[in-house]
Amino acid sequence: MNDEVRSTPIRVLIAKPGLDGHDRGAKVLARGLRDEGFEVIYTGLRQSPQMIVDASEQEDVDVIGLSILSGAHMALLPKVVELARERGMDDVLIAAGGIIPDADVVKLKAAGIAEIFGPGTSIGQIARYFREHARRRS
Amino acid sequence: MADLAELLRGAVAGERLPLARLLTAIENDAPGIRELLPGLFAAGRGAHLVGITGPPGSGKSTLVNALAAEWRRRGRRVGVVAVDPSSPNTGGAIMGDRIRMMEHVADPDVFVRSMASRGELGGLAASTWIAAAALDAAGYDPVLVETVGAGQSEVEIAGLAETTVVVEMPEAGDEVQAIKAGLLEVADLVIVNKGDRPNADRAARQLRAMLSSAGGRVARQPPRVLVTTATTQEGVAAAADAIEAHRSAAREPLHARDRATHQLRRALGELAARRAASSSEWESTVEQVASRQVDPLTAAERLLR
Repeated sequence: MNDEVRSTPIRVLIAKPGLDGHDRGAKVLARGLRDEGFEVIYTGLRQSPQMIVDASEQEDVDVIGLSILSGAHMALLPKVVELARERGMDDVLIAAGGIIPDADVVKLKAAGIAEIFGPGTSIGQIARYFREHARRRS
Repeated sequence: MADLAELLRGAVAGERLPLARLLTAIENDAPGIRELLPGLFAAGRGAHLVGITGPPGSGKSTLVNALAAEWRRRGRRVGVVAVDPSSPNTGGAIMGDRIRMMEHVADPDVFVRSMASRGELGGLAASTWIAAAALDAAGYDPVLVETVGAGQSEVEIAGLAETTVVVEMPEAGDEVQAIKAGLLEVADLVIVNKGDRPNADRAARQLRAMLSSAGGRVARQPPRVLVTTATTQEGVAAAADAIEAHRSAAREPLHARDRATHQLRRALGELAARRAASSSEWESTVEQVASRQVDPLTAAERLLR
């Protein structure tokens, strides 16, 4: 871990992949990260992995945060990682939040999702994790 | 950070990730950006720079989305810089303009970039003009700059954009609002959006009446007032026509000089502040101003000497 203070805000894209319409959590997180000094790009509901990666590329974000409650995480989350890596976004941190069974957590991490935040995680924990693991810029 | 000149080459060649990373470097004022500027400007292709401003919730992002769709139909490549405010307390920001523009996200000929204002008060970020220049160099034309939701006096955009569009909504105020000084004065085109609401046409008529009566020392043409419903594309083709029609007027020497004067003044201010802040006398001067030994203007004069 690197303690040096970043001079520029960390850019985070918060997206809701798939079809569930429950975006309260994503919005609360976006707001909480704003208060922690992050620049948050919120893309709204019902995004395909392709759309999320296209937006992340144009925004050159440091972190992609995926909020998913539909149960379709195994179909959607690895796809985001795969597309991002195809575009050369190798240094972008991809994390997820939602209701995800432990057995799937292991598989998702193996597929390149850096961390998964379940119910009860505080905004502070997520902010700390992003600060510690997002890439460094000059 | 990759080599900036290489990022610029990639951007000019039409690659998206290099352009995105170049925009980040511009936003962060990364080392080497200053040196890259002459090359960046030389690579410019003369894109029409269009500012979209207006109060929060008037439909700026939705209109930008609708205009982008219209210009795509006309075979143009559209660049967008969308600015949202940074928190004065934490420096954080939530940028949500893109929500309204997701239909274009997979289109390689539309590039949308969100920018936080990072402490600037005029409705733009300090580096927005350089970001717009980068989109121009990457071959996008027009380049649309959407400001922070503007109140009455965030008129910075008019010094940057060749064509400034002020987006209003029906029932946003009476005729007196239209004759107050500020935002509407810098409009080259006024769009009353949400045209499906009651009284949209009446609002447009009132604005037309009040804006056309300018006289005295006001040299510019009164702006046209159009009505759109961005969510249904109603009136959007006419708005795109009006914006395009304004392009040649914007390039007349008089107008070009106005913008150049504004931009030069801004750049001078920024440069002077930067130089002064790196001077060895900066700290002691701040102390003197804080303890009221000297007034800020006299202190600034001393620092610039």
